[in-house]
Parts: sequence; structure tokens; C-alpha cells
Amino acid sequence: MYRLQSLAARSLIAGALDQFTPLKVTSITGVRHKSQGPSVEKRGQMRFITAEAKASAGRLDGKIREKTLTMDTLNPQVKAVEYAVRGPIVIKAGEIERYLEEGGTKPFSEVIKANIGDAHAMGQQPITFLRQVVALCTFPELMDSPSFPEDAKLRARRILQGCGGHSLGAYSASPGVECIRKDIAAYIEKRDEGVPSDWENIYLTTGASDGIMTILRLLVSGKDSSRTGVMIPIPQYPLYSAALSEMDAVQVNYYLDEDNCWALDINELHRAYQAAKLHCRPRVICIINPGNPTGQVQSKKCIEEVLNFAYEENLFVLSDEVYQENVYAPDCQFHSFKKVLYDMGPEYFNNVELVSFHSSSKGYTGECGFRGGYMEVINMDPEVKAQLVKLLSVRLCPPLAGQAAMDVIVNPPQPEEQTFKQFHQEKSSVLGALAEKAKLTEQILNAVPGIKCNPVQGAMYAFPRIFIPPKAVEEAKALGMQPDMFYCLRLLEETGICVVPGSGFGQKDGTYHFRMTILPSIEKLKVLLGKVRDFHISFLKEYSGLE
Amino acid sequence: MTKSDQKRFTQAIIRKGIHGHTMTENGGEYRERVLTMDTMNPNVKRVEYAVRGPIVQRAVQIERELKMGIKKPFTEVIKANIGDCHAMGQKPITFFRQVLALCSYPDLLEDSKFPEDAKSRARRILQACGGGSLGAYSTSQGIEMIRQDIARYIERRDGGITCDPDNIYLSTGASDAIVTMLKLLVSGKGMSRSGVMISIPQYPLYSAALAELAAVQINYYLDEDNCWSLDISELQRALQEAKKHCSPRALCIINPGNPTGQVQSRQCIEDVIRFAAAEKLFLMADEVYQDNVYADGCKFHSFKKVLFEMGLEYSEKVELASFHSTSKCYMGECGFRGGYMEVVNLDPEVKVQLTKLVSVRLCPPVIGQALLDVVVNPPQPDEPSYDTFIKERTDTLAALAEKANMTQEILNQVPGIKCNPVQGAMYTFPRIHLPPKAILEAKEKGQTPDMFYCMKLLEETGICLVPGSGFGQRDGTYHFRMTILPPKEKLKIVLAKIKEFHQHFMEQYS
Repeated sequence: MYRLQSLAARSLIAGALDQFTPLKVTSITGVRHKSQGPSVEKRGQMRFITAEAKASAGRLDGKIREKTLTMDTLNPQVKAVEYAVRGPIVIKAGEIERYLEEGGTKPFSEVIKANIGDAHAMGQQPITFLRQVVALCTFPELMDSPSFPEDAKLRARRILQGCGGHSLGAYSASPGVECIRKDIAAYIEKRDEGVPSDWENIYLTTGASDGIMTILRLLVSGKDSSRTGVMIPIPQYPLYSAALSEMDAVQVNYYLDEDNCWALDINELHRAYQAAKLHCRPRVICIINPGNPTGQVQSKKCIEEVLNFAYEENLFVLSDEVYQENVYAPDCQFHSFKKVLYDMGPEYFNNVELVSFHSSSKGYTGECGFRGGYMEVINMDPEVKAQLVKLLSVRLCPPLAGQAAMDVIVNPPQPEEQTFKQFHQEKSSVLGALAEKAKLTEQILNAVPGIKCNPVQGAMYAFPRIFIPPKAVEEAKALGMQPDMFYCLRLLEETGICVVPGSGFGQKDGTYHFRMTILPSIEKLKVLLGKVRDFHISFLKEYSGLE
Repeated sequence: MTKSDQKRFTQAIIRKGIHGHTMTENGGEYRERVLTMDTMNPNVKRVEYAVRGPIVQRAVQIERELKMGIKKPFTEVIKANIGDCHAMGQKPITFFRQVLALCSYPDLLEDSKFPEDAKSRARRILQACGGGSLGAYSTSQGIEMIRQDIARYIERRDGGITCDPDNIYLSTGASDAIVTMLKLLVSGKGMSRSGVMISIPQYPLYSAALAELAAVQINYYLDEDNCWSLDISELQRALQEAKKHCSPRALCIINPGNPTGQVQSRQCIEDVIRFAAAEKLFLMADEVYQDNVYADGCKFHSFKKVLFEMGLEYSEKVELASFHSTSKCYMGECGFRGGYMEVVNLDPEVKVQLTKLVSVRLCPPVIGQALLDVVVNPPQPDEPSYDTFIKERTDTLAALAEKANMTQEILNQVPGIKCNPVQGAMYTFPRIHLPPKAILEAKEKGQTPDMFYCMKLLEETGICLVPGSGFGQRDGTYHFRMTILPPKEKLKIVLAKIKEFHQHFMEQYS
């Protein structure tokens, strides 16, 4: 995306110089960010784009007093950050929602936010057992209530015993509550068929994002051509590009193979690595498996190749496995990087530095609001580990309720326990519905001319490729917009459906996509997909003439 | 080698690996790691955070040793290093926890044991959540209804000065918001690198964040001889000196003070605001201890209120961010990581950037947001939970006031310890006299003298304090920070032990 961004930026900046204001004519608040990422181009010495600095200076004329903190004095790395999942399109969706609430009329009656993997907001019900445990921890007087099952009380008591003053209101140790770290290690061992997991390698986090940022922060160093390069897939989840911009690290893109179900091709890794070596020091590779936004599930063989590549090229591996429970395709299975690394033998298992991430936000629980998550750190230099602990300690601790939620996820009711049946039934019903919706989305989208959608093997999104006619591409460019942003804004304005343009995740030059979640209820999803189809067909008609 | 042999072989190596050995089975060195002390981010290396530093790590070790049955001259470790109220036995406010339980498990809304006012709060919060669930992400700035409630709370606190909910950003504890604001403010290279003025002694979150952001830390010293008050001429001095090598752009104030416990007078706040206006500094007011004021004659004045009472000349131009949290005051709910900031006079375009930046982290924990909502919207006189709520709040604050007073009195009786009044917040930061012989011994060990003192105190009494060097202090002076949070009886014992230790220490080294 790095390259794409710079290209896009160059064209936008060129536009800015020619006409001076095209970025501001558009009514979409915040669209300006889009032009600001690309300064990454200057690798490690990223500074203002002159065209922009001039524009802002002009804007300040006539103000009585210049503020201390302005667009000119703002941290330029913050300016470079982009985060499409909550970007301009979502801001616009919010505006439309408010407009509707205030009695305004649109060709639709509600905004459907398919932009973010927010299961509960889409109507998914929480797992009862998890919420019972959190409620018991929050208000321990409920331990006496007969309406709570014993297995929930047992979990809650255990968690509270691990808390200072037996209260969720105390800080925990910065890496997390000890007994929860132990439960997580036991869970990982079970998941990985006995591969040992040391609880002292487990660190709880404020959602997986927090863990990913923390590890990246440790890894970024050097100047100019020795600046740390971080390999990320394209398309990617934009937390990665945002974090790298903020840290002024060099983003090294490797492209997933859309024609091959978004598979990761080892030759492409080599290509990206060799190209990056010319201007930075690639030290890290990030993998998202199952893929976000692309939904592919990596084969064991592919993971072996990646790990072998990391071993050969001495790369630190970040494995984002937050969708590990979300695998739907019958011929796919989740393999953790840790397990595969172990199976590759001691030379690999004792050497490759690996951090893998998990979260309470996805899976079958969908508990995003609790901001629970953890990471497991393998083969980290002990001194660096001490630095990691120090860094975590500055933020004191991850939220305790999120830690408690995480504990229930790794330590759910067992077959002999009272709540097992209900828990199991709730879990399978959520995962069953997701699998059905994954299939449905792929099928309906693929029936639309000009839309091509890979199977949603896992995770929570479809990332279909859309054909945008040249006339529409031109019109978008005249508006200073990415063509798929233009498409998604039209879709939002006409149908109320909020999806995120592919450009926010990165895509091959000249291809266009959007990301939509598969989370709405089946009935709603059907309506939504029908609307997308109708919109797409009329969009094609409008911009293709007779095509 | 058969497959099972291979597995055993592997496991043997793994076991070694896990225990941190650096030799492989066949005796070879491990290959060099990607991430080492040499290759890691140098800014992270510079970060220091004493509140959870080496002394606390040793305290945890000692706790483990005690559990394993190793004999010590004490039976338990008392952690007076951190403002962690519940860990020290303070009870949560019942009403808050009822609302949070109702929000977490809405089936309880049918339970007749929960009071109606708690239920109505919970219903209202859930209605504002996506899908009526605490499990949905909120908007990145925080739930709108909660921001409105906070704005009204601030208006009440500040005698009616208006507060715009759009200026409120919820955060993951106050620390999160402080780091975010600093992140926006840091830019430039060399001489034009942003300088940030912080008090010395300071709460080390500030120095840690500045180190990580590679900003220039500008120290201004609080006046220990004058109850740790802030002196404008000292601000001037620090600023003028700093201008020679960086571009000072922000001024951080902690009021009531951490670790120093002073409460700023209104006059002082006005002076600070005038200074910031004249010098074009962005003001950051850390007001997380705003309900923790104990001393007679002291009162909390918010920077926002004072700013607006100084007239348009100031209220329309000084850029201010003020911070609050659920972790302190009478709530002490640290674990929920609730907090907010209010920004005033922030450039509208910068505000868009701020919103974008916080959106990358999606949202602050929603249960912490819910808690904040009840803190700013507690039971009213006509509601069923009012009496209990008031009683719990008053008891907690009264106990804190008593302990603040007691701590100061007992410490001041010890020869060689001098303690300013604890006017507010949760800590005492007494100055300790250390004999030259002790200083010498510390230096031989490569420790700061107050670290040496605190380590010895920990080893001999089990009391865990933080050395003054972790907060900053004038050269040649030594302090420690201790919380006033242990229950009264325990606090008395702690103070007596410190007294005894100090006397013995003086004898030993004089």
C-alpha cells in the first residue's frame, strides 16, 4: 500500500497544486487524512508535504492568535496515520444517522454499519456464562444469589482471589492477573496439542490492538536505510499501517494472491523483502490468520514456509490470530503459528522470535467493548522482555473486566459442569450462523455481474473485488477521491449501507474492493446483499453507457 | 530417530529454552536474536517508571519467598508504592457496582434486590450502547450520552461555566489520555524539538511518556520549603533555560499534587494561566485527585473554571486539556480503567486528528465508560440509594483525611524525616536525611541513596515505598513516596515500623 499510497498521494498533491482546493470541496469531513499518509515515502525522515504546509499556513491568515497546537505544529507522524475502518465513510454514516433521527428523509430508513467487526452491535447475543461471571466479579454480593450457577461462581471466586483486595477495582500486575495468565497458558497447551506454554510468556492487553502496538514499538529503531521495516500483507487490517505511520517505521508490503483465494505466496515475500532491503532494514513480518479483511485461512504448509522464511531472513514474527475460532470452510482448519513452529523442530522452535495475539472481541463471544486480549511471546531476549514489562507498567494494567472475560474464554464450562450444555449450545449457534452467513455472502455477491468474491473461509468479512467503470474512476479522481471511496459513498448515500473502501486496506493498483462484515442477522444480511446488488447494477449502468 | 524419540529430543530442548538457557542441546550458542538490547527502540530503553520499578519487582519476589516458607523479619509485604485503594482494603461504592453488574448481565434488571435508581441508570447506559450491550465497541471518543453527562457534571462543578460534550474524550484511565495529548504535541528536530514542562517531583508517567516520544523534558521545581507550592519565577527560569535548546510548547500541572500532595491556590492557578498565555504554552491539567482535598483552608479549583473566570482574553485563547479518572477520589476504581479529558480551545483541524488517532485503538473499555457515567451522575436526594451512597462516600473521604493527617504527624516526629502537610491526593513525600556513610555505600552499590534506603526498608520491614529519585528531586535531597491508603490500624503499624527503621538506619550509618 505504501507504493500505492505514494502514487495516490502524488496524484492528489498534483491536484492540490493545480487547483489548490480540490481536497476541501468535498463534503466528507476528514478526507484530508487520505492525502497525508504517503510521506512515509521518505522513509525515516518523513516530513511535511510542502504543498500541505502552504495550504495550512494560508488558512491561518486572519486568525487573531495562532494556537500552540495547529496542523503545522502537530506531530507529523500523527498526521500520517490513517484508519479507514473508522475513517471518513464512517463519519459520514454517523452524520446520516443523526439526520435520519432528526426526521430527515433518505431513500432508506436506517444506516446499516457493515464497516466494523462489532458483533453485539449487529445483534449477536453475549454468551450468558461469560456475562454471569463478569457480573459476579463486579458485584460479589451476587455470590449468594441462587439464580447464578455454581460453575460461574467458582470462576468468579477464583478470579477475585487473584485480584488485589479481591476487587476488580484494584490494579493488576502489569502483565495481567497471575491466575488468568496461567489459565491462558493451559488453554494454549490444549489448543496446540501439548506444546508447552509458559504462563510467564503471556501478557494480557487492552484488546489485541494494544499488544500489537506495544510489540511494534519495541521493534522500531534505526535511521534512514537502517530504519526498521515491517512486512505486512496487502490487503491488511489498517491498525498495522496506522501504527507504522505513527512510529515512523517503514511499511513493507507483500501482496496476497487474490486469484488464489488470497493465499500468501512465498515468492512474493521474497520479492517484497529484497525490494525493501534497498532502503530499510526489514526486521519484522506480520501475518493475519485467518485473514482480515480477506477471510483466507492459511494452510499448515503455507505457515511452515512463512516460518522458514522468517528463520532464513532473521525476521521477528507477529501472528495476529484473533479470528482463530472463526473458521467456516469445511476443508480449512486453524493452525497456530506456535504449534507449526514447534512441529518444525528445535532449530526453529528455539530460535524464531514469535508473538501471537488473541482477543475477546472476535470468536464466538464478540466482546469488543471489554477490550480483553493477550499475547504470547516466544524466544524473546530476556533483557528485552524486562523492557517490555517496564513499558507495559507505564500504562499500569489492562482493564480487569476484560481480563476476567478473557479468563472465561480460555476456561469455559466443562462437560461435567452445570452450564456446559447451555454454553455449548450458544457457542455453536453463533458459529453456525456465522458459517451460514459467510457462505450466503459469497454466493450472493458472486451472482452480481462486476463483483467477484473469494470464499470467506474464516474471520468476519468479505472483501469482494468490484469493477468500477472508467467514467466513474474519472469522476472520483476529479473529486480528489479514491474510486472505491467514491463507490462506497454513493452506496451509503443511496442505500444506507456502510462498508469500507478497499483503498483503506490496500490493494493492487487498478483493482477496487470493499470490506463488509458478515455480521448482520441472516434476514438483514439478505436484504443488505440485495441492496448492494441493485446498487451495483445501477452504478454500472450509470457509468458504462451501453456496456 | 523414531518419531517419538524426536519428540522427546525436542521437548528436552524446549524445556531448556523455556528456562532461559542460551545453549542448545549440542552445546552451540543460539543464533543472534532479531530483537536485542542493541537493536530495540532506544526511546523505549530510556523509559523509566519507578512506581512499578525494581523495588516493586523485589517486593513481588519477597512475597513469593514468604509463600514458599522462607523466614523474614516480617510476615507480609505492605505495598504502599501505588495509589491502589481497593488493594488496600477500601470497599467499592455499592451503587456503582450494582449498576455495572446490571449492565454486564441485564437479566438482573428483573431482580427485585436491585434498587430502581441503579436499574434506571443501567437501562439508560445500555440504550446508548450498540445492540444494547457493553460488548459492542463505542464510538472512539466515547459514548455520546456519557459525554453529555460528563459535560453537565463539569458545568455543575464549575458553577455553570459551559462545557461542550464534543470536547470530552473518554479514555482508558487518565494515563491513556495524557499520553495521547503529548503525542499530538511532540514534533520538530534539534532546537525545534517540542519541550514539555513538568513539575519536579512529578508523577513518572510524564517523564516516561516524554522519553518514549523523544520529547524534551523541562523540569520546574516545586518549592519544598513552601508546602511544595508552584512558584512562577521558577517557571520563568526553567522556560528561559529550555528555550536555548528546544521549543517549549506545553506545561503540565498536577493538582492536587502527585507525589507531593499540595493543593494549588486560586491565585497560583491564575498566575500559571497568565504565564501559559504569555508564553503560548499548551496547558495540561492533571486533576485526577480533584475530590481528594483534606486540609482546612484548601479547596480544589479546576483550571477550566479559573480560566473562564479570567475573561475572554484568556478563555478564548489558552489551549487546555484537563484529565480525570475513576481510579482515585472516593471511587478508587483503578481496575476499570475509566477516565476522560476535556479539551478547550483545541484547533478544530487538530481535533479531527485527535479523533482519528484515538479511533485506531477503537474505544476505551465500555464498562469503564459506564462506571464514569455513574460517577458523574450519582444518586440524587430523592432516590433510594442516596443515603447509602453519601454515607459510603463520606466515610471513605473522612478516613483518607484522617490518615493524611496522621501520616504527617507521625513522620514529623521522627528525627531526620520532614514531611509537608498532605493537603490532598493520596501520598506523602517526606524528605529523609541520609548520613554520608549511607550515601557512600549506596554509590558503591551503584544505587541512588534513596533507592538503597527503600530497598533496605523493604528487606527489613516488608514495607514497599518508592524512592524519591523516581519522581525527581533537588540534587542532594532524598525522599520517598508512600500512599496513605492502608487501613488506619495498618497505617499506624507501617508508620511505626518506618520510624523504628529510620532511627536504626541513622544509628548504623552515623
